[in-house]
Amino acid sequence: MNLQFPKEKIDRIKARYGDAIEEVVIEKVDVPVFYIRKDKIVDFLSSIRIEDGMEYDFLADLTAYDDNPPASIPEYGLGNVVRSGGSHRFCVVYQLFSLKFLDRIRIKVRVKEDEECPSMVPLWKGANWLEREVYDLYGIRFTGHPNMTRIMLDQRWVGYPQRKDYPIKKYQRFEGSSTLESLGLEEHPRHNPLEEVNSVSAASPLGQRTADRSNLKGPRT
Amino acid sequence: MPKDGAPDVLTTRLDDFVNWARANSLWPYPFGTSCCGIEMMATLSADYDMARFGAEVVRFSPRQSDMMIIAGTITEKMGPVLKTLYEQMHDPKWVIAMGACSSSGGIFDTYSVMQGADEVIPVDIYIPGCPPSPEGVIHGVMRLQEKIKNNKAMLT
Amino acid sequence: MSNINTGLQPPRKTDQFEEDDKDIFENSQMLINIGPQHPATHGTLRIACRLNGEVVEESKSEIGYLHRGMEKLGEVKTYHKFIPYTDRLNYCSALQNNVAYVTTVEKLMGIEIPPRNVYIRTMICEMARIIDHIICVGINAFDLGAMTYFLLGFHQREEAYTLIESLCGSRLTTSYTRIGGLSGDLPENFLPRMKKWLDGVEKTFKELDKLLTNNRIWVDRTKGVGTFTAEQALAYSMTGPCLRASNVNIDLRRDRPYLAYKDLEFDVPVAKGGDVYDRYLVRLAEIFESVRILRQIVEKMPKGPIWADDKRVRIPDKERVYNSMESLIHHFKFFMEGFDVPAGEAYCPMEGPNGEMGFYIISRGGPKAYRLRIRAPSFFMFQPVDEMIKGENIADVIAVIGSVNIIAGELDR
Repeated sequence: MNLQFPKEKIDRIKARYGDAIEEVVIEKVDVPVFYIRKDKIVDFLSSIRIEDGMEYDFLADLTAYDDNPPASIPEYGLGNVVRSGGSHRFCVVYQLFSLKFLDRIRIKVRVKEDEECPSMVPLWKGANWLEREVYDLYGIRFTGHPNMTRIMLDQRWVGYPQRKDYPIKKYQRFEGSSTLESLGLEEHPRHNPLEEVNSVSAASPLGQRTADRSNLKGPRT
Repeated sequence: MPKDGAPDVLTTRLDDFVNWARANSLWPYPFGTSCCGIEMMATLSADYDMARFGAEVVRFSPRQSDMMIIAGTITEKMGPVLKTLYEQMHDPKWVIAMGACSSSGGIFDTYSVMQGADEVIPVDIYIPGCPPSPEGVIHGVMRLQEKIKNNKAMLT
Repeated sequence: MSNINTGLQPPRKTDQFEEDDKDIFENSQMLINIGPQHPATHGTLRIACRLNGEVVEESKSEIGYLHRGMEKLGEVKTYHKFIPYTDRLNYCSALQNNVAYVTTVEKLMGIEIPPRNVYIRTMICEMARIIDHIICVGINAFDLGAMTYFLLGFHQREEAYTLIESLCGSRLTTSYTRIGGLSGDLPENFLPRMKKWLDGVEKTFKELDKLLTNNRIWVDRTKGVGTFTAEQALAYSMTGPCLRASNVNIDLRRDRPYLAYKDLEFDVPVAKGGDVYDRYLVRLAEIFESVRILRQIVEKMPKGPIWADDKRVRIPDKERVYNSMESLIHHFKFFMEGFDVPAGEAYCPMEGPNGEMGFYIISRGGPKAYRLRIRAPSFFMFQPVDEMIKGENIADVIAVIGSVNIIAGELDR
């Protein structure tokens, strides 16, 4: 894979932001990858949005990955788990695109397991749900986020599924919906006059047909 | 009614008539969640018209329909919603699980997917396919019609 | 008229209620819950609106009702086995997702595909664009009462299904592309039938254009509704037709050409208003542009092989598998164990019908990906809906949701 990115632009970025950059990767990647220090990331991103000649003002994507999973991982068919070493666990990735110069770079921030990462919501409003998704699936909190709650999974879910040590088939079943409380709305008691007649309870012959899995919490056998 | 309890000629004829009427006027309630929803829309559209089978009136309210077609994956988050809507339907009601995901979880054996809609509600007809082609859906509806016509219960 | 006394009182304003009615009408806002199950069209999402009369004051949306864990599945399945899962992302235009995924893996492996393959992939991307726009505009119109648009447009989609079925065997979830090639070459009569289909699409949409574009009811219902300026759209990272309807001229096919787009002539429609009407106009214009691109592709289709000349990924042909032991073993190892992809990472975005669709794959060697991230445009487009519907009437909420083409499969993955 060859890097189709002008070398002098990489040097210019390195010269301008030298102290914030931990590492620059240009081998085996399609766009240059800059590892930025966590305490300098907000200044770096707010500056590179408006810097002459760079202007990376469009946040194409915000995600994360599990760089250094713990030593023992349950066996569920993962591929090659190669740890990259170091004291951090996760890497938060920002894919930036420049609308003026039409090129892309990738910014990564190394985050330790219980640390928080600064939130980009003041810079891009679109980062709101993206950071919630990262929190939901990885457990990385973002300081300064207006609403740090789960987005994809039920609010009562325990654990962070996208981490390498969460088995893929470990499901959790919940009764009722937690949505209305989480939205800040009150749930009025529902009056369903057909409830006694219609509901599928274990006593009725219809209920016997469905397997009762409400007590299962672990992986399915 | 005869002494041995067998249904009389009049009641069997009435049964047949009621079953015939129910089978030919199934009002579907499309519960489309994912890709099967698009094929369900294709079945209800002009090319593979399901209105020919009496399923003309697509009612988007559970109180006004009698056949729920679950088209798509049911996730753990959606399960309680499905149960609530099923309980709001009036008897007699039937459920068709369309596609692999609502029959048994499909290709998604993951942490957030229910392995079949029959984990929460009883299902009458399972239509295999991913997604089933509209001919398959129509075949499923026809089998449901046969099932209704064979129903021997007394006017329930 | 003034002599008629119906006995009804005229409506009173909220702050003018008398003391004894105050407790009933004090909190005169109503909570409306749209979803997660509503007329089988937009997928599973919930929008809870707080209304003051008919005007939406605040709304909160919630997603995740179709979260199927695809990104985790990407780490557990081999690269080849993940191809059917990509169909289920944007299931209205499944071919586009196949192409985007396979291109990313080929970039990681450094595989060059032959010209015929490039042209076929461009062709299926444009077909996917046309059929996705048919559904989006059709359903938007259907929700607002214009059912003819949906029924006539869906017939064209059925004709497209017949073409796609002859190509890869399945109507909706295609899994047509393979890493380094395609599952099969074009059938015998494909290009003439494609030309006929394009004529049909053009004719149908010229009629449908006359039905809606200058229709008084349509214009009144959609003009000025859900307006979104360019700054707001860029702050939310919107892409695709919704961004172009807000006067931002970005199209990855023209600006960062990939596949065969550098050899093809096409225009990119941009509208200035940013409301629902403009998004409809942009999508309609894109259908005609795609027809134009497809006609050029049909003329220029090169002959030659469709598989890249790389023995890591070349699936052996069936005649050789059944007759030669080495091919049988190669076939077996390919499908059971997968092939090794060298370490590295790549992100290849494409201009999908909905916006920038891309896969970000990190590989650390081996047959399975280390991280497979799906950048799905619907996720970015559904976020600002809360802001778009603030201050709109409740009836306009449906128009706005329909115009922002939300496909639940890629919203929740």
